[in-house]
Parts: sequence; structure tokens; C-alpha cells
Amino acid sequence: MAATVKDYASPVKPTWCPGCGDFGILNAVKQGLVQAGLAPHEVLVVSGIGCGSKLPDYARVNGFMTLHGRPVPVATGARLANHDLKVLTVHGDGDSMGLGMGHFIHTARRNLDITDIIQNNQIYGLTKGQYSPTSDPGFITSTSPDGSAEMAANPLALALAAGGTFLARGFAGDVKGLAVLIAQAVQHKGYSLLDILQPCVTFNRKNTYQWYRDRVYKLEETDYDPGDRVAAFQKALEWGDRIPVGVIFQTELPTYEDQVPGLENGPVATRKLQKLSRKKVASLRAEFI
Amino acid sequence: MTTTNNMTFKIVGAAGQGVESSGAGFAQALARGGLHIFGLQDYMSRIRGGLNFYQIRVDEQPLYTHEEAVHVLLPLNKEALETYQHKVVKGGGIIYDAGLKVERRSVSKGGRKAMPVPLIEIAKEHGERVMANTAALGAAAGVVEYSFDRMADIIRTNFQRKGPEVVAANLRVARAAYIYAQERYAADFEWKLEKLADAPERMVMSGNAAFALGALAGGCRFISAYPMTPATSIIEWLAKHEHEYGVVTKHAEDEIAAVCMAIGASFVGARAMTATSGGGFSLMVEALGLAGICEVPLVVAEVQRGGPSTGLPTHTEQSDLLFVLRASHGEFPRLVLAPGTIEEYFECGWRAFNLAETYQTPVIVLSDHLLASSLRTIEVGAIDFDKIEIDRGKLLTESELDALTEQYKRHLFSEDGISPRAVAGHPNAVYATASDEHDEFGHITEDLFNRRKMMQKRMQKLETARREMKAPTRYGPQEAPIVLVGWGSTYGVLREVVDRLDGQGRLVHFRDLWPFPAQAAAEALRGGTLVTVENNYTGQFKRLLQSETCIQVDHTISRYDGRAFSPEDVLTGLKEVR
Repeated sequence: MAATVKDYASPVKPTWCPGCGDFGILNAVKQGLVQAGLAPHEVLVVSGIGCGSKLPDYARVNGFMTLHGRPVPVATGARLANHDLKVLTVHGDGDSMGLGMGHFIHTARRNLDITDIIQNNQIYGLTKGQYSPTSDPGFITSTSPDGSAEMAANPLALALAAGGTFLARGFAGDVKGLAVLIAQAVQHKGYSLLDILQPCVTFNRKNTYQWYRDRVYKLEETDYDPGDRVAAFQKALEWGDRIPVGVIFQTELPTYEDQVPGLENGPVATRKLQKLSRKKVASLRAEFI
Repeated sequence: MTTTNNMTFKIVGAAGQGVESSGAGFAQALARGGLHIFGLQDYMSRIRGGLNFYQIRVDEQPLYTHEEAVHVLLPLNKEALETYQHKVVKGGGIIYDAGLKVERRSVSKGGRKAMPVPLIEIAKEHGERVMANTAALGAAAGVVEYSFDRMADIIRTNFQRKGPEVVAANLRVARAAYIYAQERYAADFEWKLEKLADAPERMVMSGNAAFALGALAGGCRFISAYPMTPATSIIEWLAKHEHEYGVVTKHAEDEIAAVCMAIGASFVGARAMTATSGGGFSLMVEALGLAGICEVPLVVAEVQRGGPSTGLPTHTEQSDLLFVLRASHGEFPRLVLAPGTIEEYFECGWRAFNLAETYQTPVIVLSDHLLASSLRTIEVGAIDFDKIEIDRGKLLTESELDALTEQYKRHLFSEDGISPRAVAGHPNAVYATASDEHDEFGHITEDLFNRRKMMQKRMQKLETARREMKAPTRYGPQEAPIVLVGWGSTYGVLREVVDRLDGQGRLVHFRDLWPFPAQAAAEALRGGTLVTVENNYTGQFKRLLQSETCIQVDHTISRYDGRAFSPEDVLTGLKEVR
């Protein structure tokens, strides 16, 4: 029997502010997983630290809320040990583009089959309102009283440069469209990135729901071809009066796990552990004689 | 006078001159003749140049350490000769290429024997110039009149994959050098080596290889690591066996990723570890706490080298002890094992996984450059595969999971502090856990009553584990007045010191360091003058011992120059005690 959104319900009530974009993302994750035909026990959601990273507590999934900046390598280990699990990471822009930036680039170029979801609200919420790596230049916060003097990190352009094979942008204000993108991302064979534009109703007074609604447009409603990497760069860099959402780039390449010799006989995590045979012991000993 | 089967060779050359492969090959040739060897490696942190050495001590009895005296020096260049010639004993020989621009008289001062051999000429004449090292080893065997058959045997093994022509050329080179050196220098040379008839076949093994072998045999299915001397050979050894034994090896982008990947792999049920040295471990510290609070089994091999920071990258030290005992903010249970011998290092390879899974917490195997890279002959049965048990603790089986009727509690409160463990994948045990404090289900909570109970539950595991921590081992007579107290890699040298003290000394050696076996320590250390011997500046083990047992240590012998203690060093230190 196919899973429904109800199967993904957690008894825990979210601690998010009323109107937080994280609610939309939580609903879209549940709907997307259902659309992809996955049951809760088949899914592992690894998160970092931040408001949005509490998501695994608010959905009935296998979940691991790890360290700030480190969910991606934890997810990598989990996926390499058990590739029967559908592995997702969920974390914010501080987590992924701050501490986690190195892991982000390496994971994108590795093409391991995981789905990396960035809840990108361009602000640090849980620490109460500091500018983030994705904040626009000039953004005024408690740690940038004169306006941020740094360029904003662009997850899509970075992942594209690193060799990511499925790169998309969603909007937390469009749960239905987001759910479809999540289903597509988890069904993609290889690394998938979903950069989600997400209002922070308490600390980000600039990038509000209305600010986004005035700007976002759907790529699927244009004649855009996500198979063209050079065109994808242009799309990834488009930001300002018009902001594209949808699949920016998609291609097929061999996944990392398909190339790991240790996985030839299936996942190592579920393989029964037993002592080495006499023959194997003899052969190992012989290496030292 | 002739001394048979009791001597030390020292091969010295620049990085890139093949010191390591020559040394290892020679050691193997001696082991195949039934002799015991101890091989000490010392190399510099560079790819070319500098001075590296491989020191091989040979005896008919098992050896656990090197000694200072060198009987045959094989310097592969002039700098090597000039730096180490003073280490050669009176009457000992220095074999060098006849083409080196050195005065024979200056080489032979101090009663040493200069033994020039046209190594490069011989190599060129009978093979190729690159075979000069083969010529040097052939000459060394010739001077001590060791069995050429054994030398030939190992040349065949080591050059086999390069084809029969390379094997034949190396054999010709070795034989010519052997004859040259034997004819000119053997009659007048005191030290000889003889192969032993009927000696059993023995293994020649380094510490890191033994550990990796133990881990593999104990069901290690995942290692993620970032290359760092002297730990790198652990993942390298496992990578070589990835295909045949189904172990996933991941060279991660950095040490933080390495430890996090191992935690992720373990979280879903694979026996997983990472391996690093002090600098990499420093980066892993936050994640250690993650494994601690989320109760994820984790094995970390911390192979110490000289610190702090980059320190002495290729040298030995025991200076991370107090760091690994305390690393991380906050409090959680951890176990620390410090093997003293290659056999114990092997055992740690599989035992660490049993402990990690039983207590669902990090287990640190603390070794060092000395133990990791030194070679010893080991009886085949001493690497005991039959003793291996695979104990996964309270890991729920498929049928136990099928039978679950209530909502699964990953962090169930229990008397011994250990909760039944399910890993992701079963419909009856879908759960999320968090590095935030959490309740029994894994849900985040800041409730103070839960916090107290959860802290007590986790810390209780330490008390439960204390019962199975191994007592220190003793070597030498219980009533001996001098008590040498050591931990980790100093076992070998201290054992030999006890032998040389001839009844006056005993060794109390600690392997399981945390939770500290305090009661057993108090019993073992009763009577005698306590002398701690450690490769660090601050006497870290002494501090640990004193804080855990209130036992006062009488004397400390320390070395913190990156070099391993020789028996002579310790005996010199003891002069102040007696």
C-alpha cells in the first residue's frame, strides 16, 4: 500500500514562528516523498543545526539532526553504507554555505545519489538575525550594521561549477510546485540540489513572501532547456527583478556509489557480519610471510 | 671471536633512495631464515632528500625493541655515512659505495671497518644502476655470511611482478656483491648470521597493518579518512582489500568529513571507523561529541606523532593522551585503548568495534608512529583469528524488530545505560535522533528532568564498561624493587629493560586507559619504586594515574624529541633512581 502524507506525521509540534517558510518546506517534503512513492522507513533525512534543521523532528522519517555545517558528510557515510535508503539532507544557508561550503562542493562533484535541500532564507534565524553567506550585498543586520560588504554565495552556480547533475530552485510560498521539485530531485539518479527561497518572517524584512512573489517565475512555463550547462550558468546567475524557479540543470552521469568496489555485493550495512573463513584467514596471513 | 645471530643493521639514505623497501625486504629475508627481527623506521617529512633510516635488529629470540649499537651500517650516500658512522660499534663494518668521495681512514676511525664495495659498478655490470640497493643488501649479507638462498628467495618474491628479467638481473647483482664483500671482508668480521633449520614460518608485520587486519577480521565495513602520517597506511591497507573483502574505503575531503562519514555509516548499521593523527583528531572533536550524545558507535584510530600543530610529522610521541581523554565540550562516555604490541594492536582492531557497538559510543584506539610503523617477526598463531568474537551488543535483530508493537524508543532509559539499538530501514522502528538533548524517542527537549536522566543514562555506560577494562599486564618478578610503569608503545623497550635489570625490575603496562582500571592499577603497583616512562614532556600518564588512584609516582623518565626510547636510554634514566 502506497504511503500517504499522514504516514509522515510526527507527534511533535514545530517551534517555528507563525508564517515561517519552514512550514511550507515541511509540507512539500512530505508531499514530495509521497509523490516519489517512498514510505517513511525507506527515507533518511539528515539535517544540520538551525531552525529548519529541526525538520526531522517534525516529520515521521528516519532522521539524524547532526552538527552545524556537517549533515552532508554524515549523509554521505550513511548512503555509502546503505544505498537502499533514500538519503536527503536538509539544512539552512548558514549551515550549507558557511561551515558546510567545502563539503557542499565536494559532494556535488562526487555525484553521490543524495538530495541536498537548502532552506535559504538569507539570514541567521536561530541566533536572531545576522547576515548569512547568501545575504545580498548591503544587507543590514546586527553583525552588518553598515550593510554586508560581501557578494552573496550562489548555491546553484557553485554546484554547477562543481559538476552537480540535478540543480533546481524552489519557493517555500509555492508548496505544490516545491513538492513536485522534491519528487523530481529524489528520483534523480545522482546528486541533486534544491535551493529553496524561504522567507524568515521575523528577521528578514527584505526578502518577504511578497518580495519573492513579485519576482519568481517558473522555468517550466518558458522554453528553457535544462540540458544546456552554459545556459544553466546564465540562469543560475539571474537574480534581481526576475528570479527563476524550477530545474536549472539536469544531466545523467555515473553515480559515485556505482563505482565503489566495496559495494559490488550490495549495501555493507545490511550484510550479515561473520568471522572470516579459514581460507581467507590463510590468504591474509600469507601476505605477511 | 664470532658473534652469531645477534646484531643490528642500519640502512641510511635520502628519501627516494629506497631505504624503506630495502629495509623491509632485508628484514623479510632474515625472517625467512628463521631469525627474529625488529625493524625501526625513521624518516623525514619530505619526498626527496634528507636522511631516512631503517634499523634492523636480528636475534634468535623474539625482539620487542631496537637498541643503540649498530654493527653494520649501509649508508647510501656520503651524508648518511658521516651522520651515522659514530653509531657503529668498535669492530663493526661500514659498507659503502667505493665511488663515494670519502677517505677510507676517516671511515675506519674508532676501530670501525671500512668496507668499500663498487656497488654502482656491480649494479651496472650485472643489471642496471637502480639495482645499487640490491648490491648493498647483497654485500651486507656477504659480510655476515648469511644464506644467499634466503636473499635470493626474497628478491624473487619482491621483484616477481616486474618480470623474470628484472628478477634475474637483481639476483646477478646481489650475488656479485655478496661474493665481493665476502671475499674481502668476511674473514675479519666478528658478526655472523646463520639461518636456523626447522624454524617455524613467521610473519613480518607492522603495527598499522596488524590493526587494519584486526579491523577487517572483526567486521569493519567502512573506513573514511584523510591522509595523515602516521595513520595513512591503515586506510591504504584496507583500500587494497576493498574489492575482495567488501569494505568501503573513502578518502574524504578533510578530517571533519571523514569522522562525519564514519558516524553516518555507523548510524545506519555498518561497523565504521576513521583513522588519523593528532592534528586530524583535533578537527574531529566536535563530531566525537555528536557520536557521544546520539549514541552512535564509532571507532577512531589516533596514531600519535610529535605535536602540537604540524609538530614532528614523521616522528613518534605519546603526547595526545590527556587530549583524547577529554576531547570535546560537554560530557559523554568514551573508551580509550592503547595497545602496547603489534599483537595487541591487532586485537584492538576487532575489540574496539565490539566495545563501540556494546556501549554505543566512541572508542579511541591510541597508538603512535613507533607502534604503527615498526616491524616485528610474529608467530603465525600470535595473530589469533580464533579468539575473534563479533558482539554487536543490543543491536535489534530483524525478528526482534518485526515483533515490536510499541513506538520504538532509541534512547530508552535502562539500568546499564544501554538502549536496544535499531538502525534506519525497518517500518517498526522509524525514529529521528538529535545532537540537541533529546528524550527517549529522540525528540528534542530542554526539560530539566529529562536532561538529568539522560545524562545519568549515558554516563552509566562508563560504569558498565569499567568492568571489562583490562588490568595492566606485568612482566618480570612481582617482588622486584623497581617498577617501570608504561602505556602504549613503550611496552617493547620496557620489557627488554626488565630483562636487562635481571630480577631488579618489573614492568606494569597499561593498555585499557579509559575508563581507567583504577582498582587493578592499585593492586599491580603495590611495592617498589614507581618509575613512569613516557614519550612526552608533561608526564601525562603519571598525571592520569595520580588523579585516578592517588598513587604517588616516584620518578619519571621522559623523551620528547620525537625518537623512540632505546633500552640504553631507559637504563641511563634509571641510574638516577638507584
